[in-house]
Amino acid sequence: MSTTKSLAYVRKEMLDQQPAPRSQVGFTRWARDNLFSGWFNTVLTLVSLFVIYKVLAATLPWIFGGVWNADSLAQCRVIMNEAYGNTHHACWAVIHERWNQLLYGFYPETQYWRANLAFVLMLASLAPVLFDKVPRKMLYLTMAFPFLLVWLVWGGTIWGVTSVAFGFALGGIAFKLVDRFGSMALSAIAAVAVAAVWWLFIGPSVVEGLNSVAPLGHLEEVQSRDLGGFMICVIIGISGIALSLPIGIVLALGRQSDLFIVKTICVGFIEFIRGVPLITLLFTASLLLNYFLPPGTTFDLTLRVIIMVTLFSSAYMAEVIRGGLAALPKGQYEAADALGLDYWKAQRLIIMPQALKISIPGIVNTFIGLFKDTTLVMFIGIYDMLGLSNAIRANAAWNGIYWELFIFIGGVFWICCFAMSRYSQWLERKLRTDHR
Amino acid sequence: MTTATNTPEDQGFRLSQLIYDTRYRSITIQVIAMLAFMLIAAFLIRNTIINLSALGKDIDFGFLFNRAAYDINQQIIPYTSDDPHWRAALVGLLNTLLIAILGCTLATVIGVVAGVLRLSKNWLTAKIMTVYVESFRNIPVLLWILAFMAVLSEGLPAPRAFRGEDPAASMWFWDSVAVTNRGTYVPAPVWGSGSSVVVIAFLLSLLGIWAFGKWSNRHFEETGQHLPNFWIKLGILIVPSVLVYFVMGRPVSLSYPELKGFNFDGGLHMRNSMLALWLALSFYTGSFIAEIVRSGILAISKGQTEAAFALGLRPSWTMNLVILPQALRVIIPPLISQYLNLTKNSSLALAVGYMDLRSTLGGTTLNTTGRELECMLLMMLIYLIVSLIISSGMNIYNKSVKLKER
Repeated sequence: MSTTKSLAYVRKEMLDQQPAPRSQVGFTRWARDNLFSGWFNTVLTLVSLFVIYKVLAATLPWIFGGVWNADSLAQCRVIMNEAYGNTHHACWAVIHERWNQLLYGFYPETQYWRANLAFVLMLASLAPVLFDKVPRKMLYLTMAFPFLLVWLVWGGTIWGVTSVAFGFALGGIAFKLVDRFGSMALSAIAAVAVAAVWWLFIGPSVVEGLNSVAPLGHLEEVQSRDLGGFMICVIIGISGIALSLPIGIVLALGRQSDLFIVKTICVGFIEFIRGVPLITLLFTASLLLNYFLPPGTTFDLTLRVIIMVTLFSSAYMAEVIRGGLAALPKGQYEAADALGLDYWKAQRLIIMPQALKISIPGIVNTFIGLFKDTTLVMFIGIYDMLGLSNAIRANAAWNGIYWELFIFIGGVFWICCFAMSRYSQWLERKLRTDHR
Repeated sequence: MTTATNTPEDQGFRLSQLIYDTRYRSITIQVIAMLAFMLIAAFLIRNTIINLSALGKDIDFGFLFNRAAYDINQQIIPYTSDDPHWRAALVGLLNTLLIAILGCTLATVIGVVAGVLRLSKNWLTAKIMTVYVESFRNIPVLLWILAFMAVLSEGLPAPRAFRGEDPAASMWFWDSVAVTNRGTYVPAPVWGSGSSVVVIAFLLSLLGIWAFGKWSNRHFEETGQHLPNFWIKLGILIVPSVLVYFVMGRPVSLSYPELKGFNFDGGLHMRNSMLALWLALSFYTGSFIAEIVRSGILAISKGQTEAAFALGLRPSWTMNLVILPQALRVIIPPLISQYLNLTKNSSLALAVGYMDLRSTLGGTTLNTTGRELECMLLMMLIYLIVSLIISSGMNIYNKSVKLKER
């Protein structure tokens, strides 16, 4: 065997590792893959760049060259003409000047602290509901918040809201007492009956007596028509959100129920509400509600709106939750039955936690829709931000100003709604239990 | 070990069984629910009757046949202020339906384009579409309607800008479309004698396309041969109609808008109120449809595409035969509710003064006759019927594309 014939070339030493070609790394590679991977993609990229350039070139100087201090649009234009020689810039002065009005409406200026305090308390009482790391003790604040909100915003003594809260407490006690007989439905009826008796017949006279004897914590009373701006959106939105979820759950359960009459009532209600526009319901609230109530009853307009918005979104909520209930495997229901749980226990411990988890995106979408729909109150004479923007424009000083107000209002809504949708995505990820 | 052999002795019916015995409990609950419902209904009706009689009013729909005495600025069917209220309501309803149909069509186009582009491999385009979707979804539609109205009425040139030797504004598309702050004027078809024949020919060719589609499907099932469906259908659509059009001596002509005095004349006048409402509703709903389309496409697993490619299907066939039929099943149910939302949101026409059902029946008629109860009830009923018709129609379509389990 001869091994004399050597190979032509054998590398003896390792070469150093070479960096990848420049076209295959970093931004070049990324741009090639994502922006210029074919002729169609290249065209799309160029068109997109052109669109972005056009939009930015039109808006950036307008936004950042804006005037912040002026008393009227005319003065704004004078300032712009001096500075730039043209009037193609934003006049943010309208936001600056009407800031308080846009936020609080016609709320008395000396009382702004009440609205601010209520807002801070709202954030504090939402925290334990939204994030489970927050101390559980704060849930007491959450329970007290609705009453604090009414007291702070509308004023009066504390006895009015205390009486309402006391009604709830009485209802709760009645529920506990009757619950020993074992029927959930019966105890619910008892609780509602006891609370209603207190609210309608006993409470008002007690409140009157206490008000005359000891007007505790009396705040200047503010009429509903003075509420407005961002504040009214938040009040209607948060009340609607808080109330529509439980009502929606009850309606969804009713629609899924085997009880024919209950089911028919629920289906009829849901389909009716979903079939008509919210605006007709709001007009009903402002035009017709006096027909349906006992003669001489006066009903606060804000409360009417809150009721209508709540009913409207609870019908949508019911459909969302029904979807969650339907998506739950039948084995879950059967397992709950096999464990010997009664209907309400099964719902509370097995069905609802899972069904609600499935329907989180839909529920939050309904919330977002509700919050956006609060702008519709401008049609029945409540000055929300959009209604105020019309009112501001009707003023001679600001006649002809559109975009600054629209951008401000749109920005406020965008932040709120985007935050809600992000929160729902976070919650969905957090609650995900399958291992994907 | 003892077993429970003794059956509970029959004690006859006791009252407590109404609560504790599941056989009777459901009946108890239902009776209570029924009673509560009837009590509430009776309470409301009684109040209404008392209140109405206190005001000296009654419930009477006879006002619908009285003279309306107000004008409606956009009419699909002929209407004058001498016509009765019911006809005014009908004109309003037709305007509502017009905006609903136009809106649903444009919103679907925008939504599908945006949804597909959001999934595009092009990073920049996908990001732009994300910005579009997120900004429209998170801002109230009412604000968008007002904003579009502001663009149209403030941003566009007045008709007088078109006048003179060197006008500040010019018409679009070879002097055929005038976009002004008083509305947009487009060429309108003028139906001459014999144009009905052209229309009939066109409708017949639509029928022909449908019949051809059926036949070509059967042909494919039997022989496995694919025909160039798209081109043949396009041919059926265009050729006969155009032939008839020329044979009949070109009976359909266009009337172009012309500047006369202070305003444009001739052509079809699309009011700014309608355009603003249409565009705002379409872009708003389009952003929701984009998300629906995107999630529908994402719901189809990648294996489906790969399997279709492995079978040797071309990309276009993969889309038509494999992806789309499955994606539609996911897309259609939420799409139905978006169409319903758009129809209901069209009642926001109020913000721009478009004369829809709400501003005829629920607006001027209500205010001039003072019949709030009747007008509101009728209006809600009509909206309810329209919603039910849309949802049942779309549900029938949904059934036809649904997974057929055997």
